[in-house]
Amino acid sequence: MSVPVAPSVERRRRARDDGGPWPHLLLAWPTLALTLLFLIPLGTIAALGFFRRIQAGFFEVGFVTSNYARALDGFHLERLAVSVLLALAATLITLLVAVPFAYLLTRRPRRAQVPYLVLVLASLSLSEVIVAFAWSLMLSRTSGISNVLVMAGLMEAPASWSPGLWAVVLAFVFVALPLAILSLYPTFSRLDQELPEAAGTMGAAPLVGFVTVVLPLVRRAVAATAALVFIFVLGAYVIPQTLGRPAHWTIPVHITDQAIMKNHLPLAAALAIVLLVVSSLIAVAIVAIGAGRFDPSRSPRLAAPERAR
Amino acid sequence: MSTWLRRALFTLVVVYLLAPLVVVAGVSLNERQVLFFPPQGLSLRWYGAAFTDPSWYHPAINSALVATFAALIAVSIALPLSYVIWRYRVRYANVVMAMGLAPFALPPVITALGALALWIVLQSYGRPYTVALSHGAFLTTLPLATLTVGLQNMNPQLVEAARTMGATGSAVFRTIVFPYVRPYLLAGFVFAFVLSLNEYIIAYMTVGFTFETLPVKIFASLRYGYSPVMAAISVLFFAFAVAVFAWIGRVGDLPRLLGADETA
Repeated sequence: MSVPVAPSVERRRRARDDGGPWPHLLLAWPTLALTLLFLIPLGTIAALGFFRRIQAGFFEVGFVTSNYARALDGFHLERLAVSVLLALAATLITLLVAVPFAYLLTRRPRRAQVPYLVLVLASLSLSEVIVAFAWSLMLSRTSGISNVLVMAGLMEAPASWSPGLWAVVLAFVFVALPLAILSLYPTFSRLDQELPEAAGTMGAAPLVGFVTVVLPLVRRAVAATAALVFIFVLGAYVIPQTLGRPAHWTIPVHITDQAIMKNHLPLAAALAIVLLVVSSLIAVAIVAIGAGRFDPSRSPRLAAPERAR
Repeated sequence: MSTWLRRALFTLVVVYLLAPLVVVAGVSLNERQVLFFPPQGLSLRWYGAAFTDPSWYHPAINSALVATFAALIAVSIALPLSYVIWRYRVRYANVVMAMGLAPFALPPVITALGALALWIVLQSYGRPYTVALSHGAFLTTLPLATLTVGLQNMNPQLVEAARTMGATGSAVFRTIVFPYVRPYLLAGFVFAFVLSLNEYIIAYMTVGFTFETLPVKIFASLRYGYSPVMAAISVLFFAFAVAVFAWIGRVGDLPRLLGADETA
């Protein structure tokens, strides 16, 4: 802050900014709540992965590696690969729609944006259960869009597309799209309105201007959004469970299955830790790509405006 | 980019987001207990059933209770935390902040499994308050995000002026900071409320069928017997969310609440 303040006032302000016991008192409840409800559960999962399962679905404290051995066996590694590929595909499709949409939306007057924002927020808040239900109806034989296509004379007979791979991907994109749009929204709406115009004045076609001028400025935000969407989709349970065949069941389906149906909490915990490590590594890689490491062709001149921001 | 391209893309997104709900709305109007689209015969009886059948309105009441307490807990964590970060320099506050933002950086199933493990260890599995507490911590990210935006948007000279005039810390909070961030606080509360209302996997792993929430009930019906009531409830959920956010859009500045800057 650059407001000039008299020395005595400045000293008083400093003294208050210390706050004495106040900040600590204020922080007591947030610290307690988040430690109990976030940190300890995470630590408990990490420990549980090493515990021994005993009959009747319970577990006892111990140190065995058999849970991790099973979490990393051929079957679960294949499930992990399927989960990651599905999530990456959904993330890519989502970004291809969300990035131009969020950009064009933020170029509109504020008032015109509101109905779209309401729709996006309402879709974002829609339960994964309702999304899975809606898409299972959409893609079913009796109530799906194939009936509409038959009525329009575009198809011979109604067909069932759920459960199936595309059902899972379409529903993943449906839940990821609102999240991506809202995550991109702040950066895009703070983007200088005149930049693309300047590019246009200099003779760049709109699409060229978008790719060469706008995208380099927002690549960090796009990468952060990609990481967010990837993790969110990778952790989804209801959609792959309901809309996928067993071949499309992702790791969360097996985690939930082990934790609730098979009462094998230690294995569920080991699977969760494996999922956590893999998802974090990929998310960090996505963010690093967005920051421009791993990209030798990137010219330093293009990187400059973002740093200056 | 050209107007034509923008219109095409906007139409695509709107159709994609609304088409499943149009089908659900159509299915909810079937006269008999079938899930046809287009519907056969027209009837609102399934909407009636949503309010009169206890196997549906009990979960609805449970969900409303959980969402209210979860949103209160989320806000009670987010307000002091974001205020301390903005106002004071306390080193460990950033660690607490990271814990508040972290749940959205974890696959949701892991948060849910953590909650299950915690409440089993504490021998409280299935108690109604467990889901409210776990939802509250999970969703605190939302009021944290809106409040951080709000505090950053506030003109620091206002606070400076008040302090120079001799206002104490608590007076500054009561008369300047709190009134200014109130819309952001309300938006954060509403976001947390609506998301808790719709959350499935944490509710399933903490209370499951012992304190059935609506998403858990819908999922059970999804697996063990479809009914048009599910469609009616889904339509009501979506209509409720649209109404809430449209209301915020009317009384408040939705673009600003979502992070567009003050000017322009």
